[in-house]
Amino acid sequence: MSASTPKQGRPDAAAEDVRTLEATPSCSATRVVERDAEPAGPAGNPRNEGASGHKSGGRAAADVAARIIMWGAFVLAVIPLVWILWSVVSNGLELVGSPRWWSDDAAGTSARRPGGGALHAIVGTLEMAAVTALIAVPIGVLTAVYLVEYGRGRLARLVSFMVDILTGVPSIVAGLFIYAFWVTTLGGQRIPFAATLSLVLLMIPVVVRSTEEMLKLVPNELREASFALGVPKWKTIVQVVLPTAFSGIVTGILLGLARVMGETAPLIILAPYTKYLQGDLFANLMATLPTMINDNRTEVTQAAIDRAWAASLTLILIILAFNLVGRLIARTSKVKA
Amino acid sequence: MTSVTGVSAPDPSPTSSVASRSTGRLGDRVFSGLSIGAGTLVVVLVLLIGLFLVTQAVPALQRNEVNFLTSSEWTVSGEHPRFGVAGLLWVTVVSSIIAMLLAVPVGVAVALFLTQYAPTWLARPAAGTIDLLAAVPSIVYGLWGLRQFGPVLVPVQQFFAQYFGWIPIFAPNNGLSGNVSTIFVVGVVLAIMILPIVTALSREVFAQTPRAHIEGAMALGATKWETIRTAVLPFGKPGVISAAMLGLGRALGETLAVTIILATLAPGTPWVASLFNGGETFASKIANNAGEFDTPQKTGAFLAAGLVLFLLTFVVNAIARIVIERRKAFSE
Repeated sequence: MSASTPKQGRPDAAAEDVRTLEATPSCSATRVVERDAEPAGPAGNPRNEGASGHKSGGRAAADVAARIIMWGAFVLAVIPLVWILWSVVSNGLELVGSPRWWSDDAAGTSARRPGGGALHAIVGTLEMAAVTALIAVPIGVLTAVYLVEYGRGRLARLVSFMVDILTGVPSIVAGLFIYAFWVTTLGGQRIPFAATLSLVLLMIPVVVRSTEEMLKLVPNELREASFALGVPKWKTIVQVVLPTAFSGIVTGILLGLARVMGETAPLIILAPYTKYLQGDLFANLMATLPTMINDNRTEVTQAAIDRAWAASLTLILIILAFNLVGRLIARTSKVKA
Repeated sequence: MTSVTGVSAPDPSPTSSVASRSTGRLGDRVFSGLSIGAGTLVVVLVLLIGLFLVTQAVPALQRNEVNFLTSSEWTVSGEHPRFGVAGLLWVTVVSSIIAMLLAVPVGVAVALFLTQYAPTWLARPAAGTIDLLAAVPSIVYGLWGLRQFGPVLVPVQQFFAQYFGWIPIFAPNNGLSGNVSTIFVVGVVLAIMILPIVTALSREVFAQTPRAHIEGAMALGATKWETIRTAVLPFGKPGVISAAMLGLGRALGETLAVTIILATLAPGTPWVASLFNGGETFASKIANNAGEFDTPQKTGAFLAAGLVLFLLTFVVNAIARIVIERRKAFSE
């Protein structure tokens, strides 16, 4: 197991640099090695000339085979992924392009009446995502800080283990748990806030794991330098460690948000769909884009299917916007780090 | 910043008890307390999930008149509830295994391609696209799988049924191999769904391979492939395993993609091994009946199904954890 986390990890920003660096100079390095090896083979080293020649032929063949397989896998993977995007865009663009889609709710539409807007669902999705992040991010980041900076011994191992378990908890189980807790035990109603709680459960492990990975990549020298200057541990974490890892943490949060925004199963259990604009998390019905897709896909009419595709496109566009913002933040803070 | 140096020296005895924990400052105590609290909360949450599911499933299970684990019946209302998860377990596990067999090798290969082979002009946009696709909601995969991809996959099913029909899992099953709503289609769609996750996570760990390892391998005359095999793959192994397990967890618990594509079977349909068959997974069973949680007994039955799913993912993740534990801890 030579593959251990190196003592001095690279800061997250360096990860991309590694690839960039490697894509150009190391490729030429390979070529240099090959060029050197070819003339050296037959000329020098007469002792096992035949053997080495045969072996390098097999090695070269394996290398070429691997290269072909990698390209093939990439092409194979890209086809369905591009196809999905194409399906969503081509089927959803017409409705999404209409101004009413962004300014109106779906009041007055039915399975047979086409058109309508998605404002109610967009508002619901963004609102739930914001509240989810508000609860999940502090818990997630602090847990990651505990695991990396404080965690020693049995409790740390237990927390780390439980984060892994939470990572694997299916969204429908998270929804069932909140149902058992909120509705069956507390006697509450199925309200959007309860669905938000189940989304929190799903977001926490994403934030913990990504933050933890990023904190681990912060070089120990930075912490040691800070301690050596007499800075208290908490201040070191808040002002040195977290800012260094900031871009990675934000990216993790946005990935987590993207995941919970598309999550449908807990919403089906806890937050029934409505066609009307309703922004109160503690009222009974609230629309979100996933439940809007789900509501429309069960109809067989073209009008409803069109709305399902358009809602899918809208959801993907919102997630894409979050991703782009995350990348911009990552890029600007990379300079600082 | 002036008072931070040598805090223990000028401090008299009153604070010595906390100072002995080397976190004497208020800020340190508050911050470490908060982070320990957050960590503990995560532990408590997972325990609560198990606790709530168990306590509310047990009463329904006690009234159950057939074996919960070996029966495939599902009658949850009335005086004589008879329900079991054998059928659900089969469909869940089989569709997830198909997804893993397809997605993990391809995902790792794509990750290697993106980090080691692809030219920069291709690697960056391709990686960005795959990151985006990891965020595409599963309900969209379901919609696409049923309406666009499934029909294309039907000829493949028919090919397998015709030429490999003697293998039980590829049995034609009364012509259901010509149907879109089969376990096979679900498995392939799940594979496509978890492919971006497996790829994105594997790519991250491969990109972090220390340059010294790569350069060392190359300096010894290794070819590109040998560099990957000896430096990149060993370094990324724990990451790949966790990526695969995360993908498996999502496949096992995937709800909407399965619910949309898979056809439910009429009650009492006998079990067959063929992949060209309908059915329900734990998650799709619960989602299909989410509107029916009206009595504690009914709810309890579905919570019991959810509990089995939870335990299933628990075991998968625990196994992955044991594998990853071999990785040395940070800075130790």
